[in-house]
Amino acid sequence: MADLRSNFIGIKSPNPFWLASAPPTDKEYNVRRAFQAGWGGVVWKTLGSEGPPVVNVNGPRYGVIHGPDRRVLGINNIELITDRPLEVNLREIKSVKRDYPDRALVISLMVPCDEDSWRDILHRIEDTGADGVELNFGCPHGMAERGMGSAVGQVPEYIEMVTRWVKTHSRMPCIVKLTPNISDIRKPAEAARRGGADAVSLINTINSITSVDLDLFAPQPTIDGKGSHGGYCGPAVKPIALNMVAEIARNPATAGLPISGIGGVTTWRDAAEFMALGAGNVQVCTAAMTYGFKVVQEMISGLRDYLDSHEMALSDLIGRATPNVTDWQHLNLNYVTKAVIDQDLCISCGRCFAACEDTSHQAIGMKPGRVFEVIEEECVACNLCIDVCPVENCITMRELEVGEIDKRTGIARGGYANWTSHPNNPMARAAE
Amino acid sequence: MSQARLSPGVVPGRLTPNELVANFVDVAPPLTPHEARVAADRCYFCHDAPCITACPTSIDIPLFIRQIATETPDAAAMTIFHANIFGGMCARVCPTETLCEGACVRMEAEGKPVEIGALQRFATDGLMARGSHPFKRAPSTGKRVAVVGAGPAGLSCAHRLAAKGHDVTIFDARPKPGGLNEYGIASYKAVDGFAQAEVDWLLGIGGIQIRHEQRLGEQISLDGLKAEYDAVFLGMGLAGVNALRAQGEDRRNVLDAVSFIRDLRQATDLAALPIGRDVVVIGGGMTAVDAAVQARLLGAENVSIVYRRDQSRMGASRHEQDHATANGVRIICNAAPVAVHGNGSVVEVEFCYTTDGPSGLTLTDNRFRLKADQVFRAIGQRLQGVPEELKLQNGKIAITGPGRTSLGGVWAGGDCATGGDDLTVTAVAQGRDAAEDMDALLTGRPVEIPG
Repeated sequence: MADLRSNFIGIKSPNPFWLASAPPTDKEYNVRRAFQAGWGGVVWKTLGSEGPPVVNVNGPRYGVIHGPDRRVLGINNIELITDRPLEVNLREIKSVKRDYPDRALVISLMVPCDEDSWRDILHRIEDTGADGVELNFGCPHGMAERGMGSAVGQVPEYIEMVTRWVKTHSRMPCIVKLTPNISDIRKPAEAARRGGADAVSLINTINSITSVDLDLFAPQPTIDGKGSHGGYCGPAVKPIALNMVAEIARNPATAGLPISGIGGVTTWRDAAEFMALGAGNVQVCTAAMTYGFKVVQEMISGLRDYLDSHEMALSDLIGRATPNVTDWQHLNLNYVTKAVIDQDLCISCGRCFAACEDTSHQAIGMKPGRVFEVIEEECVACNLCIDVCPVENCITMRELEVGEIDKRTGIARGGYANWTSHPNNPMARAAE
Repeated sequence: MSQARLSPGVVPGRLTPNELVANFVDVAPPLTPHEARVAADRCYFCHDAPCITACPTSIDIPLFIRQIATETPDAAAMTIFHANIFGGMCARVCPTETLCEGACVRMEAEGKPVEIGALQRFATDGLMARGSHPFKRAPSTGKRVAVVGAGPAGLSCAHRLAAKGHDVTIFDARPKPGGLNEYGIASYKAVDGFAQAEVDWLLGIGGIQIRHEQRLGEQISLDGLKAEYDAVFLGMGLAGVNALRAQGEDRRNVLDAVSFIRDLRQATDLAALPIGRDVVVIGGGMTAVDAAVQARLLGAENVSIVYRRDQSRMGASRHEQDHATANGVRIICNAAPVAVHGNGSVVEVEFCYTTDGPSGLTLTDNRFRLKADQVFRAIGQRLQGVPEELKLQNGKIAITGPGRTSLGGVWAGGDCATGGDDLTVTAVAQGRDAAEDMDALLTGRPVEIPG
């Protein structure tokens, strides 16, 4: 049976599933329950400086996007960092860590952008026994307006500066948590590395308005008739997070920098995908907030089964897909596929037909008796039919053999050739 | 336990009033908003959806379900009513398992269709509960149309005509409107006086006058109607009942199932309705099932449906058959009645087993008898009192296209006319289509029929 024990920048945990710094990790009661349920680690909800704690709104904090049957696809929140006194949090962290020495316990931090503030908070947490710190440079609301959170994370120079302070004043492993609310995720990651970060974690939440109340004419969640953008998370943000993880993993300037993957991890499969793209572990929040802490048990069994069935160790998985992430210009333009509909699996709903006929290439024919067939002469293999088909594997793509005629173009499939050498590419011609 | 429960013969009060109330509740209770959302989420919004094709009134089912899913159930109801003004009743009585739900692609996928009937009821009940009628009449055309029969066909026709600005007079043989919706459907399918409430709601459009106890060939004549009105629609259904043609059929307590169902629907006190202890229903359609199940619900101890052909040929759908057996009805197939035995009242019915071959049904020598103190005939209805000048086909008024009969200016639809199964939804479609055709002929306007 696959060994799921994880060593992430020297922080050991029985499995690579950590709870992200968020409402589920705000206090001892929750974190103890999480560890009892089997979570490998916890990033304690962000602590601020000593003094009067921040305050939260007293109306709703969360907005939601639902899929069919009210399945939660995405949540946004306008909650701030912990609103409990620093003393209480520190006492609880110490108590939990003492009872769960085998679990990872990392403390998320966010204090004003000056060296004294960072030095002070680092000294305060020194004797908690915590395994590391995570710098919250991502929180997109409230704290950002006060010059913290994503206000730091959006300026690479600040990231580098603060990271350096942290590494100067603490021997703890340091993870820099990145905001996705920037145009190029590689820049803040590079800055973190320059500052001496041991790892980056991403993504934090995305600026968002989940919905508008059409009676109040206000964003939701609505506080006394007004709304503010919140941070979006959950399954809906996973594609954005995967791309950003991959960008950092394959960027030469940050290659090898450990990554803690965050963003919509809901099942073992999501976790495996993040890890395949280069994440050393994953952090989870929305899945736990939707289903409770027990979901980790499925993640553990699922990842174990997957590794066993593929005869891989956990370390074999990490980064295994990274080399296959490339730029568009290197994709093989002579790779030709055609959609194939399995008539035995087809339930004749016609969604592939509607999608292809109305919005794509008119490459699916509808025959009497509601029989849907691919017209290879028109099929560009766009995949939309597969995407909208309700039956898994009913429509698949068949790869043409090299030399086989593509009925759409009348040209025999050739070997590998990409855009860089394509005759239509003006840059390719210029190079001649 | 009621003292009369095991009494021999045909007696009232086999069950206590409380038991009767419990037995005759809504057979398919309405969906809650939550249930409707969950059910609506299952619709795939198919292209050229097979459920629409399977619906005789061509309701745009994927559209109305999407309207429910997006929390606009009133818009959903209007999608339904535009195609089928009896969307409420059809949601209750349609054999959806052989129509829309039978065609649902989820049958192919999982064997469990989208609950189209229940969703239709959710939408239509909601809009009808608002009380006001949602359609407005077009300006008056000055044309007057006579409709014979206030059943689903006649009322559907009348509503569409009224909407188009024609004035309609309906002539009906019975004291109440609704036809089989009122007199011919099992009580538990349309509880709480739904049939009358629906007619009242439908008439809310205005321009429709109903004259009761007017029977064609008695109080009114086709020639008279033709002379007085610009057009005539015949939708009087099938008033006659087929005979068993079995020896001894005239013995006491051998009754028509439709009469039993009618009396049950009109009864104010179910405990006063007499029912046998051993009941035999002869026939294989929905009327047979409705009669048999309701006999059980009234307290009959043993109820059997006996059908002369193979079970696969029963008119009642599998769902209906299962409903019967779940209620303790025994279904015996391939047996035809040959004699009704008794001394004044029926005591036993004698059957012959049959074989169904290429040359038709033949009786075998294998006979059996069923104890019976009450027998219901449910072997079909037939046309009665139809004017001689109308051309018939297979015992029904021959129609072509949208309900045109052999006589100019006379249309027909519903059970009395050819075409389609004898279903409420078919009658609604035929009445509607005839109205469109009549309007086109009377005004020169284009026909507007959904689907």
